[in-house]
Amino acid sequence: MKINKLTAFGIIIVCVMGFLAIFAPQVSRYDPSAINLEKALLPPSHEHPMGTDSLGRDLFARMAYGGRISLLVGFVAVGIAVIIGLILGSLAGYYGGLTDNAICRFIDIMLCFPTFFLILSVIARIGPSIFTIMVVIGLTSWMGVARLIRAEILSLKEREFIEAARATGASDLRIITRHLIPNALGPVLVSATLGVAGAILLESGLSFLGLGVQPPTPSWGNILTEAKSTLGIAWWITVFPGFAILITVLGYNLLGEGLREHFNPHRKA
Amino acid sequence: MVTYIVKRLLGLLPVLFGITIVTFFVIHLSPGKPTRLQAEMSPKITLEAMEKLDRLYGLDKPVYVQYWQWVKKLVVLDFGKSFTDERPVLVKIGERIPITITIELLSLFLIFLIAVPIGIMSAVKENSLFDRASTVFVFIGFATPTFWLALLAMSLFGVQLGWLPISGIKSLDFEELNFLQKIADVSRHLILPVFVSAFGGLAGISRYMRTSMLEVMHKDFIRTARAKGLSEKDVIYKHALKNALLPIVTIIGLSVPGLIGGSVIFESIYAIPGMGKLFFDSVMARDYPVIMGILFVGAILTLLGNLLADVMYACVDPRIRVGEKR
Repeated sequence: MKINKLTAFGIIIVCVMGFLAIFAPQVSRYDPSAINLEKALLPPSHEHPMGTDSLGRDLFARMAYGGRISLLVGFVAVGIAVIIGLILGSLAGYYGGLTDNAICRFIDIMLCFPTFFLILSVIARIGPSIFTIMVVIGLTSWMGVARLIRAEILSLKEREFIEAARATGASDLRIITRHLIPNALGPVLVSATLGVAGAILLESGLSFLGLGVQPPTPSWGNILTEAKSTLGIAWWITVFPGFAILITVLGYNLLGEGLREHFNPHRKA
Repeated sequence: MVTYIVKRLLGLLPVLFGITIVTFFVIHLSPGKPTRLQAEMSPKITLEAMEKLDRLYGLDKPVYVQYWQWVKKLVVLDFGKSFTDERPVLVKIGERIPITITIELLSLFLIFLIAVPIGIMSAVKENSLFDRASTVFVFIGFATPTFWLALLAMSLFGVQLGWLPISGIKSLDFEELNFLQKIADVSRHLILPVFVSAFGGLAGISRYMRTSMLEVMHKDFIRTARAKGLSEKDVIYKHALKNALLPIVTIIGLSVPGLIGGSVIFESIYAIPGMGKLFFDSVMARDYPVIMGILFVGAILTLLGNLLADVMYACVDPRIRVGEKR
């Protein structure tokens, strides 16, 4: 497999960010929630590579732990979205007719709502927490996967190997899970990778507004909430978390595009 | 053409019905009653008072009855009254919508003004330095969080350089200004929000334009145009561009939900009294009638955006209408 430069760059970013998140306790010398008012708002230095915030907490430690949270939210949310998308998409594609009609209409309806509005409405109702946003982002972003799976299954289900499976007496469930879905996983993987990027962006936006991950748990978004009040005093609080979000999202997007190239049957050899 | 529009409108009815269901059940199927949180804010409230509150909002009835009552009012555009200030929801939304729509239209305009030329240039000079640079720009544009960009712009142009105001849409001395000064004042306040809201769209639309243009450039009629000796300029601007712009029309419709959703973020950062800010404030205050109202209106605006895109597409591309008749 030939990897182009952009994809390689994406893979490197994804690995480095994943590494920092997993080994957050090892890479940071400080406790992310240890308050030390004597050391408030220190600019980046050898001791604090990314400076400190207005409560004297080490920004690098908060960024590393925040990365854990942001990535966790991204992965769980996409996991939920993929599961819902797989189920509804296969039902629609495999059974067709009324089931298909109903599911497609439901997708159309869900797509009418500005995602951010829908998510905020639910959060208004059940209160913000890390658990809420994972579930809510998942519940509002499955439509793309569902459409993909439906389209793939529609094109696969009349093929001979499915007919053969049916002739051997395989049940619908077995045909869908063993023969149809595995053949459609490529595009789903692409969409899930891009989905992680989208979910990280959504999470950071929600946390920034104070409606996502709640302090004192750090996330890249809620670190930036504080940046608003230190604008012009402490550039490091604004620059680093935002840059972390940008570079991570960029990484997953590049990886996703690379995978798309890889799975595209029409790609030039 | 008229039959086409009517047909499309009729097709929207089931979707509209679905929108009301989702809007209603997002709020009403979650655990607990909406009034509970309101009651919790005043700890002295008695059980009786809580039941009274439930009756006031009809929450003591079964869910389907509540839904029916809500829809009956919705049909005559009665969205209920706000929990916070008892004013009709429709009025509250109505006074905020023009600001949001103005900003969205301005940023859409800006997006097309910048993104279409970028897309054309990248496609015409495929794999050139410009094309590569714009590809990098597109990826960065997709990855930039709007609120971070808003903060950076605010910090640079507002705080450090002091060129532009950073909150609201009017200065404090707005009433004393003459008409021209008023326009200048509002425009100055709108520069940052419009740019920030346009930024995300720039990446998407320029990419789309590039793809669309590349596709057209490889068509046979372009080769024919070249073969009959037309100048490269004529080939690109007269033959290719017209066809490449067609699919971009649909993008207007598709970008509506993203733009409206994004308004929550930049309107709350720049303290712009638009629909996004109202929505954010209502979420904070758990003002459910307003939340449901805006959710519904947001979905309707998206629906209208899609419809507009379809109709415009049918206007510029006769094949769609002919296809319908068959």
